[in-house]
Amino acid sequence: MSVPQVSERSIVRPYGDSTGDGMVQLSFTLPIPHDKRAEGAALQLAAKMGIDPAMVVHAKAMGPDFTFFIVYGRVNHLVDLSQVEVVEREYPLLTPKEANLAIRKRLRRRLVVVGACIGSDAHTVGIDAILNVKGYAGEKGLEYYREIKVINLGAQVPIPDLIARARREQADAILVSQVVTQRDAHIKGTRELAKALREAYAGEQRPLLVVGGPRFHESMTAELGVDRIFGRGTTPREVASYLVHAIVSEPARA
Amino acid sequence: MSTTTFRKHLDLDPATVRKARSLARKAGRPIVRLARSHTTVSIERAVLRLAGLQGADPEGTPWVNRLVEAVCSTTGLEHGVALPVWDALLREESDDLLTLAQKAAAGSVSFRLPEGPAARRAMRAARRAVSAGIKRIDQRRHERERLIKRLGDPPQRPWIYLIVATGDIYEDIPQAQAAAREGADVIAVIRSTGQSLLDYVPEGATREGYAGTYATQENFRLMRAALDEVSKELRRYVRLTNYASGLCMPEIATLAGLERLDMMLNDSMYGILFRDINPIRTFVDQRFSRQVHARAGIIINTGEDNYLTTADAVEAAHTVTVSQLLNEYFAKEAGLEDWQLGLGHAFEIDPDRPESFRLELAHALLARELFPKAPLKWMPPTRHMTGDIFRGYLLDAFFNLAGVLTGQQILLVGMMTEAVVTPWLSDRDLALQNVRYVVNACGNLHEDFRPEPNGFIAQRARQVLAEAIDLLERICDEGLLQAIADGTFGLMKRPPDGGKGVDGVAAKSPMYYNPASEILEEAGK
Repeated sequence: MSVPQVSERSIVRPYGDSTGDGMVQLSFTLPIPHDKRAEGAALQLAAKMGIDPAMVVHAKAMGPDFTFFIVYGRVNHLVDLSQVEVVEREYPLLTPKEANLAIRKRLRRRLVVVGACIGSDAHTVGIDAILNVKGYAGEKGLEYYREIKVINLGAQVPIPDLIARARREQADAILVSQVVTQRDAHIKGTRELAKALREAYAGEQRPLLVVGGPRFHESMTAELGVDRIFGRGTTPREVASYLVHAIVSEPARA
Repeated sequence: MSTTTFRKHLDLDPATVRKARSLARKAGRPIVRLARSHTTVSIERAVLRLAGLQGADPEGTPWVNRLVEAVCSTTGLEHGVALPVWDALLREESDDLLTLAQKAAAGSVSFRLPEGPAARRAMRAARRAVSAGIKRIDQRRHERERLIKRLGDPPQRPWIYLIVATGDIYEDIPQAQAAAREGADVIAVIRSTGQSLLDYVPEGATREGYAGTYATQENFRLMRAALDEVSKELRRYVRLTNYASGLCMPEIATLAGLERLDMMLNDSMYGILFRDINPIRTFVDQRFSRQVHARAGIIINTGEDNYLTTADAVEAAHTVTVSQLLNEYFAKEAGLEDWQLGLGHAFEIDPDRPESFRLELAHALLARELFPKAPLKWMPPTRHMTGDIFRGYLLDAFFNLAGVLTGQQILLVGMMTEAVVTPWLSDRDLALQNVRYVVNACGNLHEDFRPEPNGFIAQRARQVLAEAIDLLERICDEGLLQAIADGTFGLMKRPPDGGKGVDGVAAKSPMYYNPASEILEEAGK
């Protein structure tokens, strides 16, 4: 994503109904009963957010202990477009349809993914969230993608079994999640897997190795010997988009 | 608000409707035979739970799991656990089930399959122990009936169904009570992500879950007690819902009966399609669970709405009808009555499609009129909720309108922040305002709503029913298990020998004995 060239000026304000009016709307709840003081409290919050003057256009008690507010007002902050920083994902986020289409057109066969939890980790929450049709955060899992063949081996899969299965299925990618770990077992387990995979595929093109879990940092790829790490909150679509980018879009991998 | 009886609009051909039902029966019958001739580890654990075995070892593995494992490793799963377990008790390997489970886990009990008089004694003892659990379920049912008599049902239809899901039962409780005070008639506690794939039921009150709260017996008890309290305050019986699905479906159904839950999500195919649980395990577990629900007076909610989250809601409309018909057949075969069939359907048509609301009305009316006595569960839009909360609020209003117009009976309240956050306090409040406005503004509008007998809505409903019949005929030809393996529902292909939990299924031997099934089958006759 890049910033579109909307105007010559690099300073803008929010737009209500005329240029430069700075008008914004917001809604929030305070954990206090609805009375005069509550409305005052809402105005104070709005003022601290830089909204001045602020109008509480709606305040409603939600039970005895909470009040909901809608506030309109002029925000006194400026947006400097020249200072906007955008972090680029190195691949575009695709919809399932786009991902399927890319695989069908460019790979001309189904993309094969083998997933598992390795070692002692019995918590398949992570891998299931990415692979099961049920998915995560409102997004369907990779099983939902017609052009992706998913083999989910489940929990506590020994590394040799995982590699053997990947070989048998001619996997394009191996997905491993590690959710609950102790004493850095996730690090050790992942390194072992990366090493075993390299040895098993010595001299051949190996499957992409992708790991995920809340305890990993996305910058640890080189250290762990994996191709990609996904952290907490990753959704199936991000993983699918990455796989398409890395396997379908890039011609070959050492 | 709608207070008068809903009248039929569609004039469905009774012969066509009968044909649809008889095809569903034909498609389902082989599955019932399969269910009757197999057992699963979870059914056997449910038997032990009915006999009163509770608690877990220091690692958190429930004693029912330890005992079933110990028995299966010696006499196998195919005979059931009742005979070996009560035989061991009668041979005084231990005084009670808990001690037996503890000793069995330590490997110091020898199990055998008793024969002759020893088998008969074991059967009698097992039946006595399990009867106590069934009796407790009966008592809980009577308790519910008394409370409803005293406090009353919600004054209006549809019942308003709200979800809480903090992960912490002690946070869920005040949220559920607040939701009831704001007008919810039914509270559902969403389970932690992944619980359906655990092959055990966690123990005790839990305070940490992923996007939901673990279903445990203690959590059930705490929440039901909290809702009883608020029911008394509101003079209206507030119902509690949880999920009898996944690998522990029979046990969770049993715990729901023991703790007086009122509704349970219990779909015949959801676990197979969306969780990749072995189809045979699912159908076997399903039948037992539904027998328990029938006994406990629990209303089941089926999950047809889920198909439409993966397949197109117009193209796949007939798969919803087919699944409803199958769910109805399986439910009735297991002893559930019409008033217990909360068959599911959903408002999931792409709002950008021309006449989407008319199509929704047609589908909703079809479900309503095909199952006139069932309390249908009407599910809000999720697939086309984009994060534009303003548009979402409008869509939810149309969903509510369709629900009121077509006489839906259990309305799951849609959240404008669907796909954005788990509902905030204010989201729930706004959503309920939306429902209240539509319900009040429409009143008995359904009396005036008369779609043209040969108009768009009636024709579309007939078309969906015809497509459903075609699909049922295909399913009858190739068999339901094969149809599932082919990806007929929700686009998922699930072969009968694949999926999770397949190890925990066994064909029953001629010696098989299960006192719970025996008692439940007697009741069904």
